[in-house]
Amino acid sequence: MAETNNMPETNPLFGKAAVLEGLPDHPAVKAILVWNADALTDAKFDFNELTLTIAPEHIRAAAATVQAAGYNFFEDVTAVDWFPASPRFQLSYHILSFGMKQRIRLRVLLDEATPAIDSITPIWPGANYYEREIFDLFGIRFDEHPNLRRIMMPDEWKGHPLRKDYPVEGYR
Amino acid sequence: MIDQGTMPVLEPAEGAKDQHMVINMGPQHPATHGVLRLVLEIDGEIIVRIYPEIGYLHTGIEKTCEAKFYQQVVPLTDRINYLDPLANNLCYALAVEKLLGLDIPPKAQWMRVLLAELSRLNSHLIWLGTHAMDIGALTVFLYTFREREDILRLFEAVAGQRMMTSYIRIGGLALEPPLDFLARVQDFVRVLPEKIDEYANLLTGNPIFRNRLKGVGFLSPEDAIALGVTGPPLRASGVDFDLRRDMPYSSYEKFQFNVPVSNDCDCWARYEVRLVEMRESVKIIQQALDGMPEGPVKANAPKIVLPDREKMKTQMEALIHHFKIVTEGFAVPAGEVYQGIECGHGQMGYYVVSDGTAKPYRVHMRYPSFATLQALETMCKGRMLADLVAVIGSIDIVLGEIDR
Repeated sequence: MAETNNMPETNPLFGKAAVLEGLPDHPAVKAILVWNADALTDAKFDFNELTLTIAPEHIRAAAATVQAAGYNFFEDVTAVDWFPASPRFQLSYHILSFGMKQRIRLRVLLDEATPAIDSITPIWPGANYYEREIFDLFGIRFDEHPNLRRIMMPDEWKGHPLRKDYPVEGYR
Repeated sequence: MIDQGTMPVLEPAEGAKDQHMVINMGPQHPATHGVLRLVLEIDGEIIVRIYPEIGYLHTGIEKTCEAKFYQQVVPLTDRINYLDPLANNLCYALAVEKLLGLDIPPKAQWMRVLLAELSRLNSHLIWLGTHAMDIGALTVFLYTFREREDILRLFEAVAGQRMMTSYIRIGGLALEPPLDFLARVQDFVRVLPEKIDEYANLLTGNPIFRNRLKGVGFLSPEDAIALGVTGPPLRASGVDFDLRRDMPYSSYEKFQFNVPVSNDCDCWARYEVRLVEMRESVKIIQQALDGMPEGPVKANAPKIVLPDREKMKTQMEALIHHFKIVTEGFAVPAGEVYQGIECGHGQMGYYVVSDGTAKPYRVHMRYPSFATLQALETMCKGRMLADLVAVIGSIDIVLGEIDR
């Protein structure tokens, strides 16, 4: 057994309609629907993990919404580069609830042309380093971040190493 | 093209240029437990601002993972948190097993618990030795490293390696443990509680150690949660949360143990919490030894788990599977999973994205020290410069896992 996530036993669900039908009482789904049903563009439930896809412009409000719904602990945020597909970048926020002992994932898709999104540091200051890491390694900007600088690579480094079009062995 | 960032190098705050001074601590400084560089703005002896500069150990492990087969990532994970190697292996293996939907036999799960707790003891022993040494109690270091050596010998017996174990593999364990392994672990956990008493005797009543830690490095529970602090520092701030108990993995739900919590929120609380945690780890190991199930240590998945050498040399089919796994890897169904575990320093997490091929599309590691380091400024602001060393020791950071 991998991990208990305190989720109901259901088959994997793919798509917003399937999740709304299959998990109508889930606290995160409920909170998002009450706040703004249109911001939820897609959803899935597989591997016993709930993923809610949020429209990029709403991410900070969505984070505040799930925080108010009891998901109190920001655990992780990272990016995935789906190059050459479009939209190119995916951000995955992992949010944990200490009370409900449950984890959800907020997912955001970003276009290559405008890899920028609102920072969630006003809601969880702990996202600071994680967002800097994404900025450094993927080149995604976080608006209103208190200190958006490179964190892993030297300040004068060119390029963003975790992008798929950056060679594994680097440029020589 | 994206610009390179916004903030200049730290300078004293406007209006305080005559009074404040910016000094550099590290990257070569023994009290930073690695290559951590802190740029400090100080007003006399009082800390005004701390700016951690990290990345000196960055080796791009996440990028390297994308070029390896799934099974080849296991040895990379050891090198991230080299003080708690089996926890790294465990977390990665659990994440990939979740994607594969593998069932792990009970003996492998219990061995994993036993090894993860030994690994936690290893991490806590190093923390205790180095933390006490930072404060000036040099002796404790020699005592804790004596017991750590015993643990490393156990790792060597089971994995053939003292630090970079790579013993927990996708689908179970690398090998059957040696026949006398459980007896040796039993000998070790029989004496360890006395040794923990010995450390406590050296430190708990020591007035210098007490005065250096009590009331130093205050971190409120609200700040701890907001800044992403996990593990012993979180529980020392009065938040009762431990993934082993609250979201159990690898059959932790079958073990009875207490989760120590303290409401003092200071360095002393972190010391006490970790000391109790070591005693609880001994209890868990004892339960694992007493109830160790019989059976195989590898899942029954010939296309994923390497066959035994014996079978490989006698059976054609096993030889083909071996050849296929080594040369082509194994395809993992497309999807994304996040697996969290509680390691010595806090909550570790692996986020693995698969596109259906034999190489991971993306592996991201969430390591506890990375988040805990953010809380350093909150804990030290307005306090004396000398307290900084005590606070760095008490949050128990490993730079290998911060920089990855």
